[in-house]
Amino acid sequence: MRLSQVWIVASHDLGLLRRRRSITAGLVGFPIAVAVGFPLLVDYLLHRSGAAIPSSLLGGLIDSFSFFFVIGAATIPVGIASYSIVGEKVEKSLEPLLATPTTDGEILLGKTLAALLPTILAVWAGATLFMILMDRVTSKTLGYLYFPNWEMAVILLALAPLVALFAVEASILISSRVSDVRSAQQLSALVFFPFVLLYVLGEIGVVPLDTTNLLYISGALALVVLGLFALSRETFQRDNILTRWQ
Amino acid sequence: MRPGKCVVRSRPPVGGPRPQALEVLFDPAVLRAGPQMIDAEGLTKTFGDLTAVDRVSLRVREGEVFGLLGPNGAGKTTTVRMLTSLISKSSGSATVAGCEVGNARDELRLRRQIGILPENVGLYEAASAYQNLEYFGRLQGLDAATLRGNIERLLRMMELWEKRDLPVGSYSKGMKQKVAIARALVHDPVLLFLDEPTANLDPEAAKTVRDFILELKRERRTIFLNTHHLDEAERICDRVGILRTRLLRVGSPEQLRAELWGNRTLVRFASVSEPLQAALRDRLAPRHLEWQGRTLLVEVRDAERENPEIAEAVLAAGGKLTELSALAPSLEDVYLKLIHEKEPGA
Ligand SMILES: Nc1ncnc2c1ncn2[C@@H]1O[C@H](COP(=O)(O)OP(=O)(O)O)[C@@H](O)[C@H]1O
Ligand SMILES: [Mg+2]
Repeated sequence: MRLSQVWIVASHDLGLLRRRRSITAGLVGFPIAVAVGFPLLVDYLLHRSGAAIPSSLLGGLIDSFSFFFVIGAATIPVGIASYSIVGEKVEKSLEPLLATPTTDGEILLGKTLAALLPTILAVWAGATLFMILMDRVTSKTLGYLYFPNWEMAVILLALAPLVALFAVEASILISSRVSDVRSAQQLSALVFFPFVLLYVLGEIGVVPLDTTNLLYISGALALVVLGLFALSRETFQRDNILTRWQ
Repeated sequence: MRPGKCVVRSRPPVGGPRPQALEVLFDPAVLRAGPQMIDAEGLTKTFGDLTAVDRVSLRVREGEVFGLLGPNGAGKTTTVRMLTSLISKSSGSATVAGCEVGNARDELRLRRQIGILPENVGLYEAASAYQNLEYFGRLQGLDAATLRGNIERLLRMMELWEKRDLPVGSYSKGMKQKVAIARALVHDPVLLFLDEPTANLDPEAAKTVRDFILELKRERRTIFLNTHHLDEAERICDRVGILRTRLLRVGSPEQLRAELWGNRTLVRFASVSEPLQAALRDRLAPRHLEWQGRTLLVEVRDAERENPEIAEAVLAAGGKLTELSALAPSLEDVYLKLIHEKEPGA
């Protein structure tokens, strides 16, 4: 595995993605919407609506908003990964690519990075803005700064990257089996379903999304991601790509 | 030459100084002496129950243009994909540019020495011609200066330099095909595979591409060309192989013609009569005769020796001839004969 080769593939894919407005819009729009929208909402509830929200409830509310960055990590890379695989299928550019002195693993890793890096950067940037704004809005009511805290650290450093990786691998697997970008994206969008379910379970208190549980979930997810990675290695083999992919 | 190349010998770079003595290049003795660029033995590919390529053995020498001719589904693309290690072979063995096909350790070295124009151009349509070539040059490990130089030389050669920054999606089919050929050449490979380079092109675009291939041939680049255009094969290739799952025959176009189709002599008369036809039937027996109006086609083994005899026979029979000439069958005749005669597996 030569990282230089991986990076050539990744930077090329990133260059192509920059031209796709739907992808850049999601990449920039989602984190900003969450980072600005929720603090505005909390600001309204606390200071303008006249409703009295006890500070004990406020923490739970902010936590559940934080979880949206996990959902983002599951949705953002789907469009990118689907495009970077199915796009090549549609343009039939995989064959010349495979004819270069680049291994299957290098191509796969390059494409994975091209979907993963912008996602993680977007989530981190959005979450930073979110934490700053949320602190500003809530510090008076709470009497302390809610962020940074361990939950958010686990979400940003472990859970979100793993979720993004999970979404990328799943998208690659799905993309290898369909032949147009739209159905790849629609199918891959199902990836975010388990995380919505997790969110709901957290909200109704079945699986409280505290630091310990978030770490457990991250650990379990890491195993799933390893499995998916092995599967996508298996799928992304030149012999399969040229003879078995549709 | 980069280190670790398994190539046999080097040639001048793309668009570089052309060898002066063209005669030397086409001297059969020189060609025969050249080292093998491709050496395949019993190459076979099966897809489930289907045998796509059956025990193909062939050799291509350095500097040679080899054409693989065959109808759709004959296994041309599959053969090229095996030779370029894009797909695995089911059995057999092959050495390409000194690298062993199917040997994982030789694979990357092999791909550095070959360029391939696949059946589908497979360009990134949103990217410019320059960016397309740049990407592949970088993947081939070229340093920035060499890469820039190669891209400029190739795009100028293809008359695409002025349009280099436009997205490839805005190009015509012929232009795209040229960009794809440039992409195959960007790292200056010793061996070039072209899979049906003029298929789906209008006649004018096909001609530009064909002229370009001839240009590459003059540079003594080794080319493996898949085609179902007989005319193209005949004009470009030093040798052709006729493939229909199995390799039915290999030889130069002239060899194949002579070997498979004795020659014919055409005799045109001022006028034709029943008695003349009867007299010629006697005098020219046992040769096979075919009348087409005032024209007679006589099958001959050796035109040099037999044509004077035919002329004498015509005069003796009282015929007034206006023309007598040796007819060579086209490669097309040979091809159709082979393709229709030999069913695969027969
Ligand atoms: N991936 C594949 N799976 C099954 N059959 C294939 C595959 N690729 C090619 N074939 C079959 O192999 C035969 C040769 O195909 P191909 O090499 O593409 O022929 P050509 O390039 O001469 O038109 C055809 O019958 C084709 O249908
Ligand atoms: Mg083909």
